[in-house]
Amino acid sequence: MSEMEPAKNMISIKIDGVEYKAKEGEYILNAARANDIFIPAICYLTRCSPTLACRICLVEADGKQVYSCNARVKEGMEITINTPNILKERRAIMEVYDVNHPLQCGVCDQSGECELQNYTLELGVDSQSYAIPDTKRETKNWSSVLHYDAGLCIVCERCTTVCKDMIGDAAIKTTKRGGAALDKDYKATMPKDAYAMWNKLQKSIIAPSNGTDYTNCSDCGECIAVCPVGALVSRDFQYTTNAWDLKRIPATCAHCSSGCQIYYETKPTSIADRTEKIYRVTNEWNYISLCGAGRFGYDFENRVEGKDQEAFTKAVEAFKKAKVINFTSVITNEEALMLQSLKEKMGVKLINREARAFQRFLDFYSQASGNSLYTTDFKEVMATDFVMSVGTSLRNDNPNARYAFNNIQKMNKGAGLYFHPVGDNLVPTFGKNIEMFTHKVGQEELALLLIIDLFADHDKLPNSVKEQLDRDKLLEALGKDSEAFAKSFDKMMKKKESFSLMVGEDLYFHEKAENIAKLIAVLENSSSVKVAMIPPKTNSLGVALICDLDDEAEGYTIGYNALGDFRLSALGDGDLDMPSMNQQEGTLTNMHKRVTPTNAALEYHGYELNDIMAELISAPKYTIDWTPHLPVEKGFKSINFDDLPNEYKNDGTENRGYLLDTTTKEVGEIEVDKFDDSTVLDGEIAYRCNPQRQFNDFTNKAHQIFEEFGLYASKERAETLGKRVTVEFDNGSLELDVIVDERMDGDIVAVPDFKSAENIYELFGASRYQKVIIREV
Amino acid sequence: MGLEQFKNRNVGTQNYVKLDLPHPPKNGWCAFKQVLSRSLKPELFVGLWVALREMINALFRGQMHTTQYPLEKLPISPRYRAIHEMLRLLESGHYRCIGCGLCEKICIANCITMDTRYDENQRKEVSEYTINFGRCIFCGYCAEVCPELAIVHGGRYETASEQRASFSLFEDMLTPIDKLNLQQEYQGFGAISPNADENIKKTPLAY
Repeated sequence: MSEMEPAKNMISIKIDGVEYKAKEGEYILNAARANDIFIPAICYLTRCSPTLACRICLVEADGKQVYSCNARVKEGMEITINTPNILKERRAIMEVYDVNHPLQCGVCDQSGECELQNYTLELGVDSQSYAIPDTKRETKNWSSVLHYDAGLCIVCERCTTVCKDMIGDAAIKTTKRGGAALDKDYKATMPKDAYAMWNKLQKSIIAPSNGTDYTNCSDCGECIAVCPVGALVSRDFQYTTNAWDLKRIPATCAHCSSGCQIYYETKPTSIADRTEKIYRVTNEWNYISLCGAGRFGYDFENRVEGKDQEAFTKAVEAFKKAKVINFTSVITNEEALMLQSLKEKMGVKLINREARAFQRFLDFYSQASGNSLYTTDFKEVMATDFVMSVGTSLRNDNPNARYAFNNIQKMNKGAGLYFHPVGDNLVPTFGKNIEMFTHKVGQEELALLLIIDLFADHDKLPNSVKEQLDRDKLLEALGKDSEAFAKSFDKMMKKKESFSLMVGEDLYFHEKAENIAKLIAVLENSSSVKVAMIPPKTNSLGVALICDLDDEAEGYTIGYNALGDFRLSALGDGDLDMPSMNQQEGTLTNMHKRVTPTNAALEYHGYELNDIMAELISAPKYTIDWTPHLPVEKGFKSINFDDLPNEYKNDGTENRGYLLDTTTKEVGEIEVDKFDDSTVLDGEIAYRCNPQRQFNDFTNKAHQIFEEFGLYASKERAETLGKRVTVEFDNGSLELDVIVDERMDGDIVAVPDFKSAENIYELFGASRYQKVIIREV
Repeated sequence: MGLEQFKNRNVGTQNYVKLDLPHPPKNGWCAFKQVLSRSLKPELFVGLWVALREMINALFRGQMHTTQYPLEKLPISPRYRAIHEMLRLLESGHYRCIGCGLCEKICIANCITMDTRYDENQRKEVSEYTINFGRCIFCGYCAEVCPELAIVHGGRYETASEQRASFSLFEDMLTPIDKLNLQQEYQGFGAISPNADENIKKTPLAY
């Protein structure tokens, strides 16, 4: 309940003579912002390390000039925001930024939402005192989505900072510009900070850090979001519209379980076609970072002409004779509740593979630990300084979990342990104190046992666990040398105070899921490690809580965005059209255990699930009328949809929807099974895992997501495989193109599941790993 | 007809002439004398002569003062706000509009719409532009706000048409390329003031 927690360690400071409260150890700038006080600042990004590029956030604290973005508040500190000298510095800095900045504001994509313009006006720059010959700076396309106009760049380094400290790609850096040297006279005549800032600015420009013209990154576009000027824009958006023409619709991203807050920005398609179209997605980049799917995968709407009555009648008939409803986790809580009502009233069975696996795992966990839900959200994880990850391909499963892992290394001087059978060469670059455990498939329990051994209070452990704890043996089994590990672990543990663990989908789709859930409960009971779980898909958590899902079912099946005899589809390829996530209102339950509202960005003229409900059982007028009826006993609250907020506050508080209530009850001692090798896989293995930026059919429909459906393999492995292969499973086979994922390591190949038509879940069954035979075609 | 008098916007300095008129009669006797003298003068014939002279001038000497509208049209003040024109750059012939969208934004009748795109020369290109003249109230804000003096009000004041939409596309308003030499610089609302140079602060240029 982080938002209800009483603020701890509050101290009082004085800003311009007025007393305010601030969190101890916070930067002056953040403390001022939390109190709604404005201090000019360009280069600073909340949640990232101070860059000190712009120097405009100068303030006077206790009589000394400091940069408010990297000076921390102290009890009784007296801060003056404007002194004559500081105003002189700030004005000179803005004049310098304006030197040689192209006067093409009329066509610039920032279209007035420009911090350079704003601060130039704010500081009253009405004349220019400085000059230097300009350098030719070329515009470049860095990737399939990124466009960089070096001429407009003011080298505030926000893009490089966010890429390094938050995203973890570090795909761009500052490099030499080759500009003229400053006139020596300026040193004596100019304000000091302005001169130092100009000296650095004149020498640098941003470029891909791999030395080529193209970035090797996950194309998340966060650099575009943070750019204060129009230097970085998406290639698709460039010159298509002005910011002021766009209507912003607050929503929740529906691609993965992180449920980020986004704005869909819409405008009529063209002069001839006045239907609204989404031009881009923006976010509150100071408080939440998006991934490439969220930012660029927005045009997955299902355009329909009108209500197709014939199809609707057929749909109602189909529902009347249906035995099974097969659906995915890309569904709102309200629709999940509708399906659950159908089950209760008409006795259909509900099938949702990913949510069912997660539901089982949550049940096992609750039985063992007594907690109704996992105890930690990812915000709390991000505040820890030692993070571990088991059973998730961080880079692909959930970008925000990956950002948290990276951010801990960069901002909290953190350390990390990464357990996963598929090697990854990006994660080790997040920080110096990261140990990679590329263990065998099926050894997830050993990873957890090792974590228990490392962090738990051994006196509190049940005997069934204690007897399995032999550190040397565990390390050996996980492929580490125990002496070397002991040494690096000692180094990692220095000055570490808080610990967290994130676990993912591998553990839910696991033969020994029950035992694993127990181990997690043991870890929580006996140590201070906070455990957060990553729900497999968008609203898996919501579905797992709301629906009473079935394991297997046979008979006439209705597929909702999934396979079935009668198909409801928001992709436009089914028997009856449904609105897609950007065309409907509703709530989603994200991995932070938060129920967040999303709004309709685009109009939809067809039938909704609620209309079918009205025919079959009774239904209220709108889908959102179901919102207050979400099951309170599962932690939901009885709040009307229209009363749910969707915003961030100035101090970074997430004021979106509400948090699920969790309850705790007493349970007895946990009995854990002994580990055996029966689940360990050897040989040729395929892993069910999507490429970055692909999560489901909807991301695949978006025109700026280019990742193909194919067999992803590390560079070395791809060379041995050839161009196109058949992958043979026990119960079927696939023919796929081989695609190199340069960030993968090792021999395991990844088969995506984002195309529901390919029925990948059927091939993999109850596990994310399967033994396969791969043959070149 | 010269436009000089319209260019001078300083009311009060125009060349007014004070007429030297006699005083009106002060009493009955004076009024009687005035009637008597006017009746005995042959002014009736002077008037008849003037009319005859003007008729001869008009019919035989080509000095007709009537404008033969619609064959002839009187020039109109540059401040008059008629159907819009899109100007071109005199040097290159390229249209001046940069697609900044300010006219679209400022339009209080909400009648301007434009589509822009990233073109092959890495420039912002106006791919479509339209004004709905059924809604336009000819307020002149678009011309005033235009940073490039690209959209201006022209002299085409006849806005009656079966379809006012026929005025409204970019190409309809754009100066024809073969008539570029006839393009007049706009003097109306939003044009650069005659003393613009004095108002600009010079910035240092090192190159």
